[in-house]
Amino acid sequence: MSFWSITLATLAKDIRLEWRSKDALNAMLFFSLLVVVIFVFSFDPLAEESRHIVGGLVWVAFLFAAVVALNQTWARELRNQVLDGYRVSPAPATALFLAKVLGNFIFVSVLEALMAPLFVIFYNLHVLGPAWQLIPVALLGTWALVVNGTFFAAMSLRTRSRELMLPLLLFPVSIPAVLGMVAATTNILTGENSAHFYIVLLLTYDVVFTTACLGLFETVLQAE
Amino acid sequence: MTSKLFPILAVLTAIFLAYAFYLAMFIAPTDALQGDVYRIIYYHVPSAWTAFLLFFINFVASVQFLANAKPSTKRVVNWIVIVVGIIGFIAPFFPQVKAQLPTGMYPSSVATTALIIVGLYFLVGKLFPGQKLDMLALTAAEVGVVFCTVVLVTGPIWARPVWGIWWAPGDIRLTSTLVLWLIYVSYLVLRRFSDSAQTQKLAAVLAVFGALDVPQVYFSIWFFRTQHPQPVIGGGGSIDPRMLHVLLLSWMAFLCFASLICWSRYNLERLRREVDEAEALESLNGSGLPAGSNASTRIPVSRSTK
Repeated sequence: MSFWSITLATLAKDIRLEWRSKDALNAMLFFSLLVVVIFVFSFDPLAEESRHIVGGLVWVAFLFAAVVALNQTWARELRNQVLDGYRVSPAPATALFLAKVLGNFIFVSVLEALMAPLFVIFYNLHVLGPAWQLIPVALLGTWALVVNGTFFAAMSLRTRSRELMLPLLLFPVSIPAVLGMVAATTNILTGENSAHFYIVLLLTYDVVFTTACLGLFETVLQAE
Repeated sequence: MTSKLFPILAVLTAIFLAYAFYLAMFIAPTDALQGDVYRIIYYHVPSAWTAFLLFFINFVASVQFLANAKPSTKRVVNWIVIVVGIIGFIAPFFPQVKAQLPTGMYPSSVATTALIIVGLYFLVGKLFPGQKLDMLALTAAEVGVVFCTVVLVTGPIWARPVWGIWWAPGDIRLTSTLVLWLIYVSYLVLRRFSDSAQTQKLAAVLAVFGALDVPQVYFSIWFFRTQHPQPVIGGGGSIDPRMLHVLLLSWMAFLCFASLICWSRYNLERLRREVDEAEALESLNGSGLPAGSNASTRIPVSRSTK
């Protein structure tokens, strides 16, 4: 079997599992809904102010919600020793990793597509900059969160209290990506500055960390 | 020998630190603009340099540790380091790159730094083979976090009277130092929480991620103008030679202090692992072998080193 067919098979399996159980998606959706509602109660901004702060709020909500899904990625494979099966199989570890990242990317993107309208409603948002640029920012930002998140979730499998470990490992490394996403979103919402620099920054971050994750995943998977 | 040398070196370091303190407080001239409050740089800057050096050692040891997994990886990584070193040595002399360097930073000094980094990489691999690399990485990270904490505490103490604010959010140097500190704290947390035999490998992977992260942080706040004073050396800033003299001496004292702590922490870690190993062996022997054969094993010997 080729690299891509293994990736696609694993991805299809994950999507089928998620489609039937809807565990991760439901948990994420409700969690981020709660975060949004709490934010709405905590801050009651005018339309003008909200443009400046929503960039931060949106990404913080998505970051927290993504952690919920990421924690389940590998925990699911521990039952029935599925992960051990992967380890001894001749399939390349990177194919498995890529499939997991793509799966999480799809789940988190679906979540973002569903939650974004809520932010618009609650905060009376009206985008002043070029709104289409929000799409590349969202895609690149989500990939940045998900690629490192999947990697660190695999890493925290080996630790005690692994659900707690993931954010502790993921958040410090994600700081530049979060800075980029928030600044880009704020720039687009307010229309005051160009977001090009931050889109390029996110792209660099994605390329660097995707390469690093693919290169080092074999080590993490085989660590027992 | 270690037990005799350590107290002597400790006393010498204490004297050196006291001398540096005396120079910093009484001999160094008062700053024309800031007055006496500037004297905190004799603690702030040496701590920062020491912390960065230790983090760099941690990174080098982690890369070496990961590269040691397979002979083929080791060869590839060695070649990469050599090629990067050669590029780093030659590149600063090209006019295009030369123009990018900050004023006051000479191409030759950049080239020498590149050589020193390559040398350090191979020296660490030579002096600390196998498991010792991991012990070195752990030691450097722990002591580095302590010095980095000193930097993050002394910085705001200085900033409050001089800038009028404790912390400048978005400042390039402040933020990257803070993120570096956060990453290494998460590194130590990982080591604490992970109890499998593969902790070392996972920690090394995290160290590599941290090293990739810092330049990204640096660029992500490129747009913000820094409020932080220019670097003392190679930053184009002008400093009184007497101040520079005290600063460098202070750094030497801090380096001695840091090496002393690292040494003692390293020995502690070595003993701890020996004890663990001995206990594991003992429990193995205790279940499998008759009691009489225990005398011939080396367990009591390594226990006694404790």
